[in-house]
Order: sequence, then structure tokens, then C-alpha cells
Amino acid sequence: MAPILQIKELSHVYSAGTPFQHTALDGVSFSVERGEFIGIIGHTGSGKSTLMQHLNGLLKPTAGSIALDGVDIWANKKVTRQARFRVGLVFQYPEYQLFEETVYKDIAFGPKNMGLDHKEVDRRVREAAQFVGLTEAQLEVSPFDLSGGQKRRVAIAGVIAMEPEVLILDEPTAGLDPVGREEILENIQAYRRAKNATIMMVSHSMSDVARLTQRLLVMNGSKLAMDGTPEQVFARADELVEMGLDIPEITSVFLRLKQMGLPVEPVYTIEQAVAVLKALKEGKRHA
Amino acid sequence: MLKDITLGQFFPGDSIIHRLDPRTKLVMLVVYIVALFVATSWISYGVMLAFLLGCILISRIPGKSIVRGMKPMVIILVFTAVLNVFMTQGETVWLRFWIVTITKEGCIRALFMVVRILMLVTGTFLLTYTTSPIALTDGLESLLSPLKKIRMPVHELSMMMCIALRFIPTLIEETDKIMSAQKARGADLESGNLLQKVKALVPILVPLFVSAFRRADELATAMECRCYHGGDGRTKMKLLRYSRLDLEAYCVGVILLAGVICLAVFGL
Amino acid sequence: MSEAIRVDHLNYAYPGVEDTPGVAVFTDLSLTVEEGSFVAILGSNGCGKSTLAKYFNSILLPCGGKVYVCGMDTSEDDLLLKIRRNVGMVFQNPDNQIVANVVEEDVAFGPENLGIASPEIRRRVDQALQQVGMYEFRKHAPHLLSGGQKQRIAIAGIIAMEPKCIVLDEPTAMLDPRGRREVMETVLKLNREKGITVVLITHHMDEAAKAQRVVVLHKGDVVADGTPEAVFSQVELLHKIGLAAPETVELCYALRENGFDLPLDRLDIEGCAQVLHDAVRT
Repeated sequence: MAPILQIKELSHVYSAGTPFQHTALDGVSFSVERGEFIGIIGHTGSGKSTLMQHLNGLLKPTAGSIALDGVDIWANKKVTRQARFRVGLVFQYPEYQLFEETVYKDIAFGPKNMGLDHKEVDRRVREAAQFVGLTEAQLEVSPFDLSGGQKRRVAIAGVIAMEPEVLILDEPTAGLDPVGREEILENIQAYRRAKNATIMMVSHSMSDVARLTQRLLVMNGSKLAMDGTPEQVFARADELVEMGLDIPEITSVFLRLKQMGLPVEPVYTIEQAVAVLKALKEGKRHA
Repeated sequence: MLKDITLGQFFPGDSIIHRLDPRTKLVMLVVYIVALFVATSWISYGVMLAFLLGCILISRIPGKSIVRGMKPMVIILVFTAVLNVFMTQGETVWLRFWIVTITKEGCIRALFMVVRILMLVTGTFLLTYTTSPIALTDGLESLLSPLKKIRMPVHELSMMMCIALRFIPTLIEETDKIMSAQKARGADLESGNLLQKVKALVPILVPLFVSAFRRADELATAMECRCYHGGDGRTKMKLLRYSRLDLEAYCVGVILLAGVICLAVFGL
Repeated sequence: MSEAIRVDHLNYAYPGVEDTPGVAVFTDLSLTVEEGSFVAILGSNGCGKSTLAKYFNSILLPCGGKVYVCGMDTSEDDLLLKIRRNVGMVFQNPDNQIVANVVEEDVAFGPENLGIASPEIRRRVDQALQQVGMYEFRKHAPHLLSGGQKQRIAIAGIIAMEPKCIVLDEPTAMLDPRGRREVMETVLKLNREKGITVVLITHHMDEAAKAQRVVVLHKGDVVADGTPEAVFSQVELLHKIGLAAPETVELCYALRENGFDLPLDRLDIEGCAQVLHDAVRT
């Protein structure tokens, strides 16, 4: 089967031909398999946001191509419009785009734009609300009366209701406390499991991406700087720091342990760390 | 992209025009506009145009930026031109069909009006491009300060203007973002008839207003925290002070206006 | 040492709409902040930490109890300006606190409001911009700067008023890691070199760990208060109120559950690596 997304030599130049000309993407190529959970990291201005907006056809590439399921998303108008729905994009601080009188109507905005019938819209709204943990009663209140974290979940439900095959989120947990962050990440994973969806998540929290994803794309200076498993990416800690990024604290601790002479390879989650250290200690005892 | 709109944008620089006192520039703009309306012949227009181009050259503002700023004016320009071409009575008829008559006088008048608007707008741009909005509002506040005596809220008005100018780029960026976000949910902003298009604006305008109010609220708090309490007892970091340069500029202004008036009187 | 901020039995409820009763935010909160100290106030969303900040410079006035700033009662009208020039506030969204279109004009906004003479404002603005490392950007338009840079401008705008105390309300929530580092370094420097009292409201544990003292708020009450080491070693308490400890402590905590004998007060990489090294070796 063809990869769900295939990006070839993608470049984008803003305000070409003006003094403000600025290359935001420069020859980016990668492909995404169905069901993958990918983390995208990079500091502000590295090209992440521009990249995301190409994947669902909001921005047109200056050069290069994006194929969704083997079809170029700019092949014709119909395909482009379909790409908007098949690749769902949740922007940063999505709660600031809520506009309807009720939560229900706001979540229904996307499905209605898809031209679905009343019954199908209703099913999708209720299902999406369930994914993000909104109650039936909450569907009837004004989104502006909800708390910040709840608003965020309504906005995410608004995209999930379109049942996209690829769900892209730009910093979905920004500004939330640890519990709020955890809830949103759970919601995203629930959707992924239920629909076998592909997830691409931009995040500044290295421990979140380390824990959840199987693959990391690192953007730097408009280019794709790294593409690999969290192990491979975090092993290049020095380069990441140079790019203005962090590495998970656990990884830093393990890099230090290795320097101190312990036979360990860098890990990036607490579970892995516990397992490695436990094995090490038990190995010592038996020796 | 929406972000590219340069209306009301300041280009920092160190040219003579940049260094002029904002009050001088404001008065000069008024003089320039008056002169523009006094000027009725091509010769006086030539003088005005030379003056304007001279100012642009001295200011080192790239011509491209000025041309780009003109884009939103196109509709008004076309409207003015069409109105003048069709509405002006004249003797030399160039074209006549059905109820429409196009005369030589009409075309000349249309060209005249378009050039006048273009020069008017360019002059105004030159002021906003070379003067920081704060200097501009300071200048306005200072020029209008006699009106405080008749209880005009001069300081409040200039503060409002300053904040409005500060938030134009922020709100434009925000509009851009909201539009992208709604498009990502399948909002169709381009097709449909007028009613549908107006309806399609709701998902953009509601979040924009909500956000603008939120920003206003937060800004008001932040300003209060920085001890803002109106214009009473407020000082300025940059005091407005006239220099020799300003005197010279005023002289140029007087000469320009006098010249254009003379040309008009002599009917050239 | 004298007190920069003293909160005495603070009592506050959000006013109810029409007939509904108001929601109590603080019932009886007391807290003091020593002059020259660096205090982090930690809590989950909605614990009242941002509301609390608004009492520190008379944006909100207590329904019951008193709040004193540098010895001044915040409910006294005449002292309002004096209080606000002594306690500066920096907020979460850098865009919504920058007033002017040019960096240096914005930094001058506070001193201008205070009626300071023009040459002195110039001196303070230049000094403030140098202290936050933004001097070379003084002629720039703020909206073209990065989030971290904007936030440093906002801090410069506050220190140009030469306050004794700065209260920062989640100043890094909207920034990327680079921006967060920039802001934290600036704040630490101001505290260390200029002796400015810093109150940092945050829900980032690693930022709180850099403070001298951490106060944990939950439902309008102080549930923990002490050095970062003392507070973060109470891992169970933090988990219960929806917070987490820094990752190094969480790791030691998880290892303890697995039979390791480890302390819970190692907040930095080096210290944590050291105890792990020793634990595995023995």
C-alpha cells in the first residue's frame, strides 16, 4: 500500500519578489505510513507551521509535491478540497476559533461543510465529543462559558468530527497544566486507536514526544534536519541544543551516567529508565 | 498574504525626512494637500510631483513599498475615473453610443482626479512611513493641545490612535490565522452568492471580535499596572523640539504653497 | 529582612451572576514574600494563582483581609501609583502588554506615566534594555520580534520603573524552549544582580525548581511551602493536586517504588546522575 502522505522536495517562499521575501521551507522530503504517530519538533520560525499548512492544502507549494494516498493534492479542485477533510489540522490555541452559539453547533461546522446529511453529522458530533470527554449536557452550552481546557477540547473535537485519516496538531497542550496536558494526549491516542488514524503532533515538550511517538521529524532553518526514532534523534543531543531545542531530562541524566562510566545507552522515558537501572542493579547482585 | 498590507506601517530610517519634527511633517502634509487642491494646471501638478518625488528620494523609502500600499486604493481610483469620464460634459466628443458620451474633457478630468488622489495618498504614506506612530500621535497631540482648553480629550484620542496603530499588524495576523483555521474545517470563503459570502464571514468575525475584546481587556490591565492614569502629569522620553531643519522645511512649504497659488492666479 | 509582599487572611469570591452565589477563590490565605527573594507560585489551572497576582498591585482589592506591598496597604487609593511603581507585573501574552510600535517607546511608557524628566527616562530605558539584552533592538517594531524577545521587552518596560518587586504571571506559557530559557535567564539575573524581588507564577516545574522558595496553591490554599527540594520531594501530594515533580525527581520516585533507596531532592541532572550512579554501584 502507498504511504498515506508522500512529501517530495517541498519548498515554500513567502512574499516572493518583495523585500520581505522569505524561504520558509527548503527541499523537504519524507513520507508517512498509515497509523504512525509522528512528533514534529523545531523552534519558532523553523518552518513547522508552514509545513503543516501544506499537508492539507491550505498553502500551495512553491516547488515540490504532496501526495495523499498516491494522488497529488493539487491535481484538481475536488482533490484539494477532499484533502482538507482527510487531513485534519488543529492550529495552535484552537479555542480562539470557536464561534457558534453552542458546543454542538461548533463541532458540527466541519462535518456540515463536508456536505454530510443531518443524521451523519449528529453521529459524528456525538462521537467526537466522546473522544474528547465532553458530556451530553456540555454540548448544549455556549463554548464561551467553558474553561480554557474544555474550550481546547471542543476545538479539537471540531476537527476530529471530520474523521480525518491524518490528524495534525500544533502544540495541542500549550498553556495547560500537567493534568490538562495528559487528558488531551489521552484523547488524541483514543482517536488514533479507534480509527487507525495517523497522528502528527508539533510539540515543545520533549518528554511528551519522546513518550508518545515512534518517529520524530526535526525542523531547523526551513529544512528537515533529522528524521528518525526518538532514540536516534535524542542521541544527537548536542545538535538539538544548538538548534534551540531541549532534550528530555531523563536522556540528559543517562548521557551523564554513561560519561560516569555506567554501561547504559540513552533512554527517554521514565519506564525505560527504571527498567534499565533495575536490570543493571540485579545484574550486579548476581555477579 | 494579508500580512503584506503596509498601511500605516513605519519604516525606521535616518533620512532628513525621518529627522523632521512630527509637527513639521503634519503641517507640511496639510500645506501639501491644500496646494494639491489649489493646483489646477499641469504645470502646477508638475511642480507638486517634483516636490513629492524629491521627498520620496530623500526619505529613501523604496518605491515598491509605496506602490504596494496603493493596491487597496485601486477600487476608489477606478470608481473616480469612471465617474469623471461619464459624468463630465464637454465639447470634444470622442465616443458616443446609447446614452453614454465620452468627451475629451471628461478623460482629462478623470486623469486629473486620479493623479490628484494618487499624489494625495502617496503624500500621506510618506508621512506614516517616515514617522513612528508614537511620534505622529505626539505631534498631533501637541498641535491640537490648544483644544484641551475647550475640553477636547486630546490626549485620550492620541493614545487611542497609537494603540490602534500598534494592534493593526497583530489583528491582521490574527485574521489570517483564524481564516486558515476555519478553512481547515472546510469553510468556503470564495464561492457562493453575496448572502452566502456574508454568512461565511461569521466564523471569521466572531472569533476576531472575541479576541479583540480579550486583548483590549488584557492591555488595559497591563497599562494600569504600568501606572497609566491618563494624560495628567505624564512626561515624554522624546521631547518635541524644533531644529533648524524644521525651519527650513517650513520655508520650503511656504514657497511651495505660494508658488502654486501664483501659478493658479496667473492661470498657468 | 523586610517583607516585599504580605497577604493577611485574604478572602475573595467571584461575584455571582444575578441570584447565583459567588464562587469562593480564597477563604483565608496568608503569605509573605521576603524582600530580595525569588519565590515561585505553583498550581494547576484554576487554583487561583493568577487571581492572587492581581492583588499584589491593586488590580483586585480584597473582600476580607489585607494585602500589603512594601508596607503599603493596597486598599488605600492614595497609594495606588506608589504601589504599582514598586510592584511591576508581566503577563502571559507578550502581545497584549506592549503599547507602542517601537521597542524603546514601549519601555518608556511606564516612566512617562510616572512623570519622570526626559533625560532620566532616556537613561532608564537604555539601562533596562541593556539589562534584558535587547538594546540593539531598541528601534525595532515589537510585532516582528520572537515571543521570548517580546517578553524581555515587557520585562524591560517594568524594570524601567525601577520597582522593588516583579510579579510574572506565567510569562513563558506561550514561548518555545529557546524563548523560555531567555526569559528565565533574564529573571534570574535581575534577582541576583539587582536584588529585585521576583514572584514567578508558573506551572512549569523546571522553572519553579530555579527559585529559592516554592509555594504550591490548591483551591485557593497554600498546600506546600519551602525550598524547591522540600516541596518537590512531596511527590504524592503534587500528584494528588494535578501537578508533577521535575522529571529527575519523578525518576527517583519511580525507582523507589521498585526497591531503590534514593533521595527525592535531586532537581538537577548532575545531582540525579550522581545518586543513580551510587545506587547502581553499591
